[in-house]
Amino acid sequence: METTHKHNAIILRLEKVKKYFPIRRGFFQHTVGWVKAVDGVSFDIEQGKTMGLVGESGCGKSTVARLILKLLETDDGNIIFKGRNIGRFSEKEMKPFRKEVQIIFQDPFGSLNPRMTVGQCIEEGIRILGVKRASARKERLENLLNMVGMSYDSADRYPHEFSGGQRQRIGIARALSVEPSLIVCDEPVSALDVSIQAQIINLLKDLQDQLGLSYLFISHDLNIVGYLCDTISVMYNGSIMESASSEDIFNHPYHPYTKSLLSAVPDPNKKWDVTLSLEQRYESDAVYDGCKHQKKCPWVEKQCRKNPIDFVQVEANHFVRCWKTKKSDLKVI
Amino acid sequence: MDKRPKSHGTPLLRVENLKVYFQGDGKRARAVDGISYEVHQKQTVCIVGESGCGKTVSALSILGLIPSPPGEIVSGKIFFSGQDLLKLDEKTMQNIRGNQIAMVFQEPLTSLNPVFTIGDQLGEAVSTHKSMGAESLKRYMIQLLSDVGIPSPEQRLNDYPHQLSGGQRQRVMIAMALSCDPDLMIADEPTTALDVTVQAQILELLRSIQQKRSMAILYISHDLGVVSAIAHWIYVMYAGIMAEQGNSDQIFRSPRHPYTQGLLASLPSLSKRGKRLYSIPGSVPNPAYKPTGCPFHPRCPHTISTCRKEYPNMCDYGHGHMARCPVLYEKREHTE
Amino acid sequence: MNPGENHIDAPDYIEAPLAPKHTRMQEFGRMLKQNRLAALGFFIFVLFFLCAVTGLILTSGTKPLFNPAMVRLEEKLRPPLSKPNLQALRPDQVPVLNVYLMGTDDLGRDVFARMLQGAWVSLTVGFVAVGISVFIGIFMGGIAGYFGQHHIKAIHILFFLCLIGGIGLVLINAVFAGTALLLLCLSSIVFLLSARDKLPEKTLPAWKGILLGNAVSVDTLIMRIVDIMLCFPSFFLILTVVALLPASIYNIMIVIGLTSWMGTTRFVRAEFLSLREQDFVAAAKALGIGNFRIIFRHIMPNAVAPVLVSATIGIATAILTEAGLSFLGFGVPPPHATWGNILSDGKNFIFDAPWLTFIPGIAILIVVLSFNLFGEGLRDILNPKLRERH
Repeated sequence: METTHKHNAIILRLEKVKKYFPIRRGFFQHTVGWVKAVDGVSFDIEQGKTMGLVGESGCGKSTVARLILKLLETDDGNIIFKGRNIGRFSEKEMKPFRKEVQIIFQDPFGSLNPRMTVGQCIEEGIRILGVKRASARKERLENLLNMVGMSYDSADRYPHEFSGGQRQRIGIARALSVEPSLIVCDEPVSALDVSIQAQIINLLKDLQDQLGLSYLFISHDLNIVGYLCDTISVMYNGSIMESASSEDIFNHPYHPYTKSLLSAVPDPNKKWDVTLSLEQRYESDAVYDGCKHQKKCPWVEKQCRKNPIDFVQVEANHFVRCWKTKKSDLKVI
Repeated sequence: MDKRPKSHGTPLLRVENLKVYFQGDGKRARAVDGISYEVHQKQTVCIVGESGCGKTVSALSILGLIPSPPGEIVSGKIFFSGQDLLKLDEKTMQNIRGNQIAMVFQEPLTSLNPVFTIGDQLGEAVSTHKSMGAESLKRYMIQLLSDVGIPSPEQRLNDYPHQLSGGQRQRVMIAMALSCDPDLMIADEPTTALDVTVQAQILELLRSIQQKRSMAILYISHDLGVVSAIAHWIYVMYAGIMAEQGNSDQIFRSPRHPYTQGLLASLPSLSKRGKRLYSIPGSVPNPAYKPTGCPFHPRCPHTISTCRKEYPNMCDYGHGHMARCPVLYEKREHTE
Repeated sequence: MNPGENHIDAPDYIEAPLAPKHTRMQEFGRMLKQNRLAALGFFIFVLFFLCAVTGLILTSGTKPLFNPAMVRLEEKLRPPLSKPNLQALRPDQVPVLNVYLMGTDDLGRDVFARMLQGAWVSLTVGFVAVGISVFIGIFMGGIAGYFGQHHIKAIHILFFLCLIGGIGLVLINAVFAGTALLLLCLSSIVFLLSARDKLPEKTLPAWKGILLGNAVSVDTLIMRIVDIMLCFPSFFLILTVVALLPASIYNIMIVIGLTSWMGTTRFVRAEFLSLREQDFVAAAKALGIGNFRIIFRHIMPNAVAPVLVSATIGIATAILTEAGLSFLGFGVPPPHATWGNILSDGKNFIFDAPWLTFIPGIAILIVVLSFNLFGEGLRDILNPKLRERH
């Protein structure tokens, strides 16, 4: 994607990243096929910006998060972070980069160690940063807790004493403890109550303004992504279907999948129209070539079934993986 | 559809001043603390609230499914087509469950037994309340499955739950609930575990079934968007009390309770980009340590001294729209 | 009112925790109070511990207060609480409280003194044997659970087989064959070092490829060893080993420990497998924390709870095993009293002196039962899922 704004440095670039998981069957556990969890994903994240990765469960968006954090090894493709290809780095080479990228998890209950106090948990990161003096560590801990809106007396308490929203704040403080430049947010608010979601979203925004962080925001909730993100990539079945600025995705989407997603979201401020997402086909397990969305696409044609489709640019900074990208096609749809 | 049919005689379900407390650890958690609501025939009524607000407990108590101990229905009445369900014995309740009131749960994966086929489980649900021969039972089941939009239902009968997708499993659950032509279906967050596009399909399915079968639906959800899409009448619950009730226009266009106002203002959307989201400060109270007076007062921007002491009254805004906040009610009277 | 303009700065809503604070000990006490049987088990556990320690002090030394080895042939098979016959005894033979609290045995030895001495034996056997088995169990289980996917190369297996075989042959004086095997072992090290930084596999000849290929995963290897160990009927394995080794209390502890670590290994492996996938471990990895610290600081504290439970119950089993061995005469050698050999000695006089059978029998029953109850209670107390629900 060479047409991104030149004045903004790109902090993270994924180039055709692939991750296949083997399907093993039988007595000897031999490989009978591959689950293409991530199948050639490319995107850029600009310094200080938020990119949203949207998709339904099982589309591979969490796998992308784990690949970026090197919790999983990529099978193919490049992950370029601040100009270095970290995709093929070994554990040792990775060490200085580890603290640059951090993650916030979805489940506020599983993401904190139940046997460590909040203070111990956050201090693990401060230790990594190499702060030696105990007083300096304490000061930093207090700073971090205040930054996420928690009081310092929380430090010697255990996670089970906190509510979901508070635990999520603690998780954010832990991520910030190593002074990262990119944070991967893997559905950070979807397990929280509605009235708490806004608190965490505001906190993430404030931290971005204060610290100049970049976010990769993974979510299935289009409303949150639309509010928070500068650019959005829509993922389906391991591939990115459409990628553009938030306004473009919401106001004139090209890809039929994006359209059906948008139409499915009920919004209190709008009359609900579900006609697009109601098209349902029976899914067979048959192997198929061509477009990944063909099984669910209401406008599938012969050519969709034959050839894989390239990611093409339809407007400035607007990319779509669909044959029907001309304006005239849109009118037909 | 927006006006509540007041004159339509007695409601199908009427819950009066229901209180359900849970005992444990020497503390008493007031999970449901004096709520009243009604469900009329052919209506979709939504109870919306956050986790721990008592919405699920209030639904389970209709079916007499509150685990006791630790739970206890302290007071209140639940009238279902004229009879008080709380006074019935277990045997009569079993007959009503499934036969007249059916329930659909949140987790479509765990509410189906993984070792039996769809046909086994659906067949059992049907034959518990209806007696019919094997051939007609099968025909009936196929009819049910195709009613809920499952493709090639005959083959699906021999499938095990893990062979179906989440949305299809939820459809099977709905088919089970429909199997005995219930008058009331209670749906407890049936789409929370599903993807948005599947959610839209299930909601549409519920809507069409309701029209076809003229059944009432009590829909429990935390998602304001879903509620706005399907509800004829909405109850907003907070910490065991009914904060506000009204139709979707009243609730979403002119909310009268500070909690509802805060919730709506805190919903993110593309149009709010760049602006700071309003957020309700603090956390949802633990039912065992609920604040005195109005349970919302520690998080409310309009709190005055009486809120801390007195339990707030329901204030009537006309056309059935009511909110439990006297402070805003008085403010309104002054401005008008 | 316009909620959109209600601006809240972060410091204004600093949040306090929801639940009141408890220390670990307070929580432990509270849970113990709720679980009566566990509390009873814990109480007997403490009592037994005190008995064993005071028993060691009172029965050891050159002039012990209670002498378990003092033979009084005139006073044999006296029932509990009987008075000694002062005329027949030398002054140093008179029991301390001037009464045989639990009677005497067929040699006129004070059963109370012997029980005290035996309590210490039971306690040490229980703790040391379980200590050994837990140590091995955590080590093996931790490796299988955390590093399970790593593979062992064929050459590694060859190396170890040659090493063990070589040493074994040398030890049984087959020097020539032994040396040959050790040389093969050495050559495999040389081969391994030479192949260290070599090219991709396709350039290797077939035999090298096989030797350097992945033979078996660490997890499979360890778990199959566990399965093999479980195949032996362990009591008879212990009997065989004890019959070969010189009779000593330490040999028994070690043998019981070495034959009972499999359950712990399975527990720890299962815990590690599920904990390894938890988000907090992923977060620790993302922070750049090393494997060693993740294992011991992040995973282990979460994995020890079930181990502690099984260890408590394991102590009971070890005490029973020791008593069984002593009963069969394979246990601690005779002058030293253990509950098992008191029981064994008493069985000949079960109709004349039933207390010789009942006293150690009931003692074993109570101690084993209390450990089991305490273990069960500990399982409830240590389960964080049960704890969070309030």
